[in-house]
Amino acid sequence: MNALAQEKDNDDLRSLYQEIILDHGKSPRNMRVVEHATCTAKGNNPMCGDKVTVSARVKNGVIEDLAFEGKGCAISIASASMMSQALKGRTTDAARRLMAAVQGLCTGKADVAQAKAAVPELTEAVDELAALSGVRQFPTRVKCATLPWQALVSCLDGAGTATTEK
Amino acid sequence: MTTAAIRKATLPNFDVNRIRDDFPILSRKVHGKPLVYLDSAASAQKPRQVIEAITRAYSEDYANVHRGAYYLSEKSTSDYEAAREKVRAFINAASTAEIVFTKGATEAINLVASSFGRAFIKAGDEIVLTTLEHHSNLVPWDLLRSATGCVLRHVPIQTDGSVRLEDFAAVIGPKTKLVAVAHISNVLGTILPIRQVADLAHAAGAKMLVDGCQGIVHAAVDVQALGCDFYVFSGHKLYGPTGIGVLWGRENLLDAMPPYQGGGDMIETVGLDACTWAGLPAKFEAGTPPIVEAIGLGAAIDYVASHDPDAVRAHEHALITYAMERLPEVPGLRLIGTAPGKASVQSFVIDGAHPHDIATVLDRSGVCVRAGHHCAQPLMEALGVSATARASFGIYSLQSEIDVLVAALKKAREMLA
Repeated sequence: MNALAQEKDNDDLRSLYQEIILDHGKSPRNMRVVEHATCTAKGNNPMCGDKVTVSARVKNGVIEDLAFEGKGCAISIASASMMSQALKGRTTDAARRLMAAVQGLCTGKADVAQAKAAVPELTEAVDELAALSGVRQFPTRVKCATLPWQALVSCLDGAGTATTEK
Repeated sequence: MTTAAIRKATLPNFDVNRIRDDFPILSRKVHGKPLVYLDSAASAQKPRQVIEAITRAYSEDYANVHRGAYYLSEKSTSDYEAAREKVRAFINAASTAEIVFTKGATEAINLVASSFGRAFIKAGDEIVLTTLEHHSNLVPWDLLRSATGCVLRHVPIQTDGSVRLEDFAAVIGPKTKLVAVAHISNVLGTILPIRQVADLAHAAGAKMLVDGCQGIVHAAVDVQALGCDFYVFSGHKLYGPTGIGVLWGRENLLDAMPPYQGGGDMIETVGLDACTWAGLPAKFEAGTPPIVEAIGLGAAIDYVASHDPDAVRAHEHALITYAMERLPEVPGLRLIGTAPGKASVQSFVIDGAHPHDIATVLDRSGVCVRAGHHCAQPLMEALGVSATARASFGIYSLQSEIDVLVAALKKAREMLA
């Protein structure tokens, strides 16, 4: 076994399972149903059976409350938890831009600076969500990180269901 | 079980290291570590003998079958039909007319659901399944329910993953037209009492289909002794190629069933107003069949048959026994599926660590395990879990690979939980 490869594998795993991911994965914030929700949407990953339901109360373009319920791996639960924290009290427009930024971070199409430029009002959230970009080294896990965000967009669009398989 | 006990349980004419030499992929590394392939229940690796048979067929003997009056087509046809005879002998079917090649077990079940189902099952008739079925033995029947108004009934499982005969007896009744069950659970390794269930089905006047995807690999399959009416399996889990499966059915049933798909090869005469069908098995093999895949499956059967089945079974039994002993050493690990006499497939969950995360960490140690719902969502629901991790063992698996698995699981748990 090559020591450098071993080191890289451990680095990859450590960057995927950072403290902040494991913390949100084990103690998710806002794991509940929003009271008087104005929209709800389910996200399914038929590949693995992960499920997440996002509910939100939106008034005048502002997300007053955002929460989720579901079962899934550490990555998908942490992603949903961080998403719910980042977007409470924010506009739906900011939510959509942050969703695109997170997608860019997870697929490697955008770096943190580009993500911040896209959502200048949410730079602190981007710093935290950057922890999700560890999935880049694990192509099969990118969908785990993006599933809650797809559900959120479906929720805001009033579409009802999102799936990772399109 | 100790190493010595495994040696004792393994018959002298079984040499796993010699077998491993037959599988080229087993010598590769993944992420710089030796490959530890523990996902044979999803798809098995292929021995050189199968790979070479496929290469030979394409490089030396390839043409379409059942057509040209020239040497290559005749050779291709005779090789294709020889594979059918190998399947027949392997499962002790009465004749090659009863062996239908399909693209996989899924297509074979869909064939029966569509053809037998539309001809013989009507509104109110009952089909008996179990909750441990793979989606491929659930969804075709659900489609049939939508089409005909028939009723699906499910025999429950016990907490250890076994299915009780009395629960079958309670569900099978005068309205039952078909019982369709797995021979061996792909998630739990449970071996179902096929012969006894077939007797119950027949006593009620119903037919019996067996999903043998795991059974063909881990059990002795003699369709006469099993007493079923249909037995289906895939080639790729039996060390053969993908894209080939088998439907075995009793000749009188296959004869009475209408064609599944129309096209070339399955007709006797075609007129603009009327067509007549070819005899068995051609009636169910519309279009150019998976010729080389069938030849590859024949080679896989030759390969499996070249080993003493009792020795292979003893080897796999020693592996599952060892795995069931060692896995609980991992803190927080719970075995899922502990039915007596089960096959070499082991699901498990670990407190505080999701199966997908476990599989990702294991992969970086070179260890391949399946994580997820294993195409058995109703079973996951019955077990009260959303997903499991699964290690499954084959003819080439080693006890030392279970040691690597356990060490990697301990590391994964440290990292995740």
